[in-house]
Amino acid sequence: MNGVHDLGGLHGFGPVEPEPDEPVFHAPWEGRVLALNRALGFTGAWTLDTARAAIEELPARVYLASSYYERWALRLERLLLRYGLVGADELAAGRALRAGPPLPRTLTAGGVGAVLARGSVERPPPAAARFGPGERVRAKNIHPPTHTRLPRYARGRRGLIEAVRGCHVFPDAVATGAGEQPQWLYTVVFSGRELWGEDADPAATVSIDAFEPYLEPA
Amino acid sequence: MPQRVRALEAILAQKGYVDPAALDGIVAAHEHEVGPQIGARVVARAWTDPPFRRALLADATAAVDALGVARGACPHLIAVENTARRHNLVVCTLCSCYPWDLLGLPPEWYKSAPYRSRAVLDPRGVLADFGLALPAEREVRVWDSTAEVRYLVLPLRPAGTAGWDEAALAALVTRDSMIGTGLARRPPDGAR
Repeated sequence: MNGVHDLGGLHGFGPVEPEPDEPVFHAPWEGRVLALNRALGFTGAWTLDTARAAIEELPARVYLASSYYERWALRLERLLLRYGLVGADELAAGRALRAGPPLPRTLTAGGVGAVLARGSVERPPPAAARFGPGERVRAKNIHPPTHTRLPRYARGRRGLIEAVRGCHVFPDAVATGAGEQPQWLYTVVFSGRELWGEDADPAATVSIDAFEPYLEPA
Repeated sequence: MPQRVRALEAILAQKGYVDPAALDGIVAAHEHEVGPQIGARVVARAWTDPPFRRALLADATAAVDALGVARGACPHLIAVENTARRHNLVVCTLCSCYPWDLLGLPPEWYKSAPYRSRAVLDPRGVLADFGLALPAEREVRVWDSTAEVRYLVLPLRPAGTAGWDEAALAALVTRDSMIGTGLARRPPDGAR
């Protein structure tokens, strides 16, 4: 979706402001939000891509006005409601009012290591890769209303396949409940001038990791 | 927000969906275990051990796993090497993708709109926000982490560190140098 989360290339947000000696969490509730999201993600109630999409689906004004972990908290509430694990009345009451449906699994204190190791999203390829290193491609000018990992700034732009990264779970499909539909993933490099025009830094290049359905020969 | 999150945790614990002790464990791991000191060890090893450097650039996941410094490296980890001709900078314009298994949780600025919007459009301007000015002819390569591949920048080894051991070198490797918004620290004059 063409959401406000797709920030690449926008003006108006001001300078980057690094914080010296930044703490891991700025308040205890941020750590709890992170942990709650990780623990619920572990249960298999939803996928990583569904969870990312749920942040992107926050109202634009809410997304922009919220801090990072506020967005994570709001996203978690929305997913719990959507999957019927928690009721709106329970959120309002601040306590459980009934038992919820069972989950495939839950995280125990002894199993924390499982959420600290990432799983692989590589899958057996359904077909040979369409493109190879050195080939010229164009990122398609597409605007799916659902989750996608093709940033707007790259759409319609010509780049070069730099590497084939394997065949990976396709977020666009997973996020809409259409299954993993694994696709070849490529690192595609664009010149700054192709992306941003003649005034761009001549010595800047930008790469994205693009799934095969995002690309066409150029 | 603190009250709202507390209520959410209470509901989920009452329903048996989360174990507060497991949440404690996740928070503690991020506060005390996972952090940029892990990535720094990888970088310092690459600086001192040429076969490891080659292995890291060829297959970072396998190299980091073999080193045994992380609980399990990202299965799709790529190390990108800074050189005299190219400087690498990592961003996630769409969300906050980051090699947290090697660097810990990303800093606030990495997840913020200013960085995510400008890193791809004006990378040298972003580097200037960090006080970093590179020669105009040096390529700045921005890696937008738009899938599950994670990028670790292998910074240039600072001059004046010949003969340093791995632990001393690791102390020069900053988090920002492994994202590309900084360089490795220079050794203090007296240490050269």
